Amino acid sequence: MQRVEVLIGKFGGFLVRSFETSGGVFLLLADTLRSLFRYRIRWDQLLEQMYFIGIRSQVVVLTTGAFTGAVFAAQVWFQFKRFGMESAIGPTVSIAMCRELGPVLACLLLAGRVGAAMAAELSSMKITEQVDALRALGVYPTEYLIVPRFLALVISAPVLTALALVTGIGVGYFVAVQIFGVDGAYYWDNTIKYTDRKDVIIALIKSFIFAIIIASISCYKGMNCPPGTAGVGKTTTEAVVNASLALLICNFFLTVLLNSVLYSN
Amino acid sequence: MLELKDIRKKLGGQEVLRGVNLRVAPAEKVVVIGRSGCGKSVMLRHIMGLLQPDGGEVFFEGKKLTGLGEEAWNPYRRKIGMLFQGAALFDSLSVFENLAFPLREEGETNEKVLRDKVAESLKIVSLAGTEQKMPAELSGGMKKRVALARAVIRRPDLMLYDEPTTGLDPVVGDSINRLILHLGKMFGMASIVVTHDMTSARMVGDRIAYLHEGKIYFQGTPEQIDRCEDPLVRDFVRGHASGMDVIG
Repeated sequence: MQRVEVLIGKFGGFLVRSFETSGGVFLLLADTLRSLFRYRIRWDQLLEQMYFIGIRSQVVVLTTGAFTGAVFAAQVWFQFKRFGMESAIGPTVSIAMCRELGPVLACLLLAGRVGAAMAAELSSMKITEQVDALRALGVYPTEYLIVPRFLALVISAPVLTALALVTGIGVGYFVAVQIFGVDGAYYWDNTIKYTDRKDVIIALIKSFIFAIIIASISCYKGMNCPPGTAGVGKTTTEAVVNASLALLICNFFLTVLLNSVLYSN
Repeated sequence: MLELKDIRKKLGGQEVLRGVNLRVAPAEKVVVIGRSGCGKSVMLRHIMGLLQPDGGEVFFEGKKLTGLGEEAWNPYRRKIGMLFQGAALFDSLSVFENLAFPLREEGETNEKVLRDKVAESLKIVSLAGTEQKMPAELSGGMKKRVALARAVIRRPDLMLYDEPTTGLDPVVGDSINRLILHLGKMFGMASIVVTHDMTSARMVGDRIAYLHEGKIYFQGTPEQIDRCEDPLVRDFVRGHASGMDVIG
């Protein structure tokens, strides 16, 4: 009986913490959006963050896009050739890359690379009193620390996703045509014919929303780091795990929503 | 200039401040002493608006600051400087950028003015020529002096020092104490120094307040506190462990 009570207590504690964190993330997001319009944009900070997030993440995102396209094209070829459907490999790869694989994988990598960096940097600043020093100097931390990171990520993520899509589709073409000998003209013609503009729009909308999720969760975790160096490690891990899970769960609802909105006719 | 009225604060379920009352006159140097964890730094954070009290009021230059929103505090924070215990220099910025930061935030864009003011402030803390160094390249004492230069670059009316000599060797600690006195004399600013270093307290304080169990337990001049026969104050001032504090 006592064990059941302990379990219920732990579950209750988990629920309370989850609601508390979710509420905190939404409040931080609201404060970030308010600060975005209330204060001047700090261009130097924004450009620095865009360099770190946008430029420095290119290799990781492009590699992911390329090998996802390659593996997917190979898998589809292995299955489709049994039915003589090799000409359908192009649109299958292209649509899967646009609607799911491109935005989800690119943003999962951003959650790992950029989300971890944001959480670690902000939590280090927090425990070394640098965030308090900012406040003491009359600077609003959300405006100075969070807005540039948030903006840089929501601008960079769709661009990086677009790059991942192009690379994935291009490498998929190379694998199917050059390695497995699929007819290039059919492959390309079908890819263009069956890939809709809406598929690309879905990729961009998803990556935009995923960027908001990653930035909000990582910044919230960083700004609410428990004291001590152990807190930085814990915060960074939690930021990546929570952002990745939130992204995957949100992806399901976005898929249903965007498909029902964009393909309702 | 500054008045704390019955400040109360609970942190993590523990009542840290239980009704702190303190007044600081213009140009007065008040030292707050007390044992580790007694709430000295928490009290300073209330003055700077970094923490909001659960009860009580903070008045600065006759204005009530408690209840103000985060951004409404900013004009007052510009009149109050704070030296943090760990210096809290921005580690991604050079010494020059750290010192220029508060001035840029006030809208100063003239690079020559910035260079001159930064050089002047660094000279005051005897660190002329260190503009291009990064905080990671500085020793603990140098970091504190740079942080002090940053805190006073806007010539605040009130300076708050959170454990200014903790972690420093006695010689560097002495130089920080002299600097606190020098700055007070030079700019006529009031100061509150939180410390448990009695040498520092005697040296820089016009008045010393002993914080115990979340309240100001005793206050007086350095001479009065040295003569005080209250066992709690006496043990702290003389550095004697007694009762539960004796180990072994």
